[in-house]
Amino acid sequence: MVATWIIIAVVAVVALFIAYIYNSLIKLRMRVKNAWAQIDVQLKRRYDLIPNLVSAVKGYMKHEKGVLEEVTKARTSLMSGSTQEKAKASNQITEALKSIFAVAENYPNLKANENFMQLQEELSGTESKIAYARQFYNDSVMAFNEAIQVFPKNFFAKIFGFHQKEFFGAEGVERKNVKVEF
Amino acid sequence: MGIYEEIASNKRRSYLLIFFFMVFVIFVGFVVGFFYGSTYFGVGLALVIGIIYFLISYYGGANAILAMTKAKEAKKPEYTYLINTVEGLAIAAGLAKPPKVYVINDDALNAFATGRDPEHSSITVTTGLLDKLNRLELEGVIAHEMSHIKNFDIRVMMLAAVMVGITVLLSDFLLRSFLWGRRGRDKEGGQLTFVFIIVGIALAILAPLVGEAIKLAISRKREYLADASGALLTRYPKGLADALKKIKSDPDPLVDHANKATAHLFISTPFRKSKRSFLKKLYSTHPPIDDRIKRLEGM
Repeated sequence: MVATWIIIAVVAVVALFIAYIYNSLIKLRMRVKNAWAQIDVQLKRRYDLIPNLVSAVKGYMKHEKGVLEEVTKARTSLMSGSTQEKAKASNQITEALKSIFAVAENYPNLKANENFMQLQEELSGTESKIAYARQFYNDSVMAFNEAIQVFPKNFFAKIFGFHQKEFFGAEGVERKNVKVEF
Repeated sequence: MGIYEEIASNKRRSYLLIFFFMVFVIFVGFVVGFFYGSTYFGVGLALVIGIIYFLISYYGGANAILAMTKAKEAKKPEYTYLINTVEGLAIAAGLAKPPKVYVINDDALNAFATGRDPEHSSITVTTGLLDKLNRLELEGVIAHEMSHIKNFDIRVMMLAAVMVGITVLLSDFLLRSFLWGRRGRDKEGGQLTFVFIIVGIALAILAPLVGEAIKLAISRKREYLADASGALLTRYPKGLADALKKIKSDPDPLVDHANKATAHLFISTPFRKSKRSFLKKLYSTHPPIDDRIKRLEGM
């Protein structure tokens, strides 16, 4: 009789322990998911802003069609693909935008344009939001990946089918992208 | 101490603050009731008033603070850059919803965050801060405020602001009612009454002092912590260090609409600078700014 109770108690404790580990992993995975959603929101925002920028700039930059085509091309490759592909396309856009704003320096009329100035402010704000979202996402991924690798969580992670998540872009370079002074 | 322990400790502090406030209110009710005939009535009335006051300050405290400092909500397109910075750092901190952004029309360089939790929070900066800081420095300051929000510092600090204020008022009232009550009851004044008077007066004098000291102790340690976790958000401690240097060398630290109740909310003390004596240091709302700069530069 006593033995039965002991067995029941042990089973209960083990079940609670497993539930605790499962919940903690789920929580971390949710955070990664939410962080990814944040990146997506900002990428989408920039995606929507780019056509406005292109049409605002087109009239002024007659001789620099190439720069505009580049940003439009990178834009279309942004909304589909894996984490890595998205990260790559995102970086391309960042670079292309940088050259657009660098070229804009040569057009005083454009630079003084109210509409252009607002777009520039919005885009540079979105640019740094992407960088921050990526920072938070990569931190969350790191926490998650670490959690499913340490004992004894790695054991349960395998059973429950938790897999390592991919980082967004190269680690450690995100801060450089924020430092873009348009 | 990790962020989650920090949050738990701040929630505990908030409960403690509410508890002490309630004990004080009940005590006031008891003593006042005792002198006017019915302790039950006194305690009951005090409890009702105390709870109502707590609810009002918990749900309306942030708005009261914003109104007190004459802060106005920042709108696009005038403050696009400020709003974007706040939204960006809210993302970096992993907040579900960015705090509201307010601006105080004042040349002084200062900022504060308030609210009851991260979902109901706001960040306020002075126009002077916007004019005189560059992008990196502003990011540093906003990140510091964002850490106050994420850590639930804002809840403790808001409750401290509204509850310490009322404690001072109540002690004052208590002291007066003693002087009154004694006049009418001189003949029956037994030993018990005498003891009550002594305890009451001692408490009436001590309570606001203790409350004040607790409030300040809370706030000073908070500033170092918010500096550190803010630096973690921007990954660039120098930004905030440079901002603090500019704030320090600014000749006019005065925010016109700051007072004793709201002083501890600001990133740097909103009062005129004066020589620091030992007692001043003990009671000052903020740690020495040089010390904060040194710590940031050492990161």
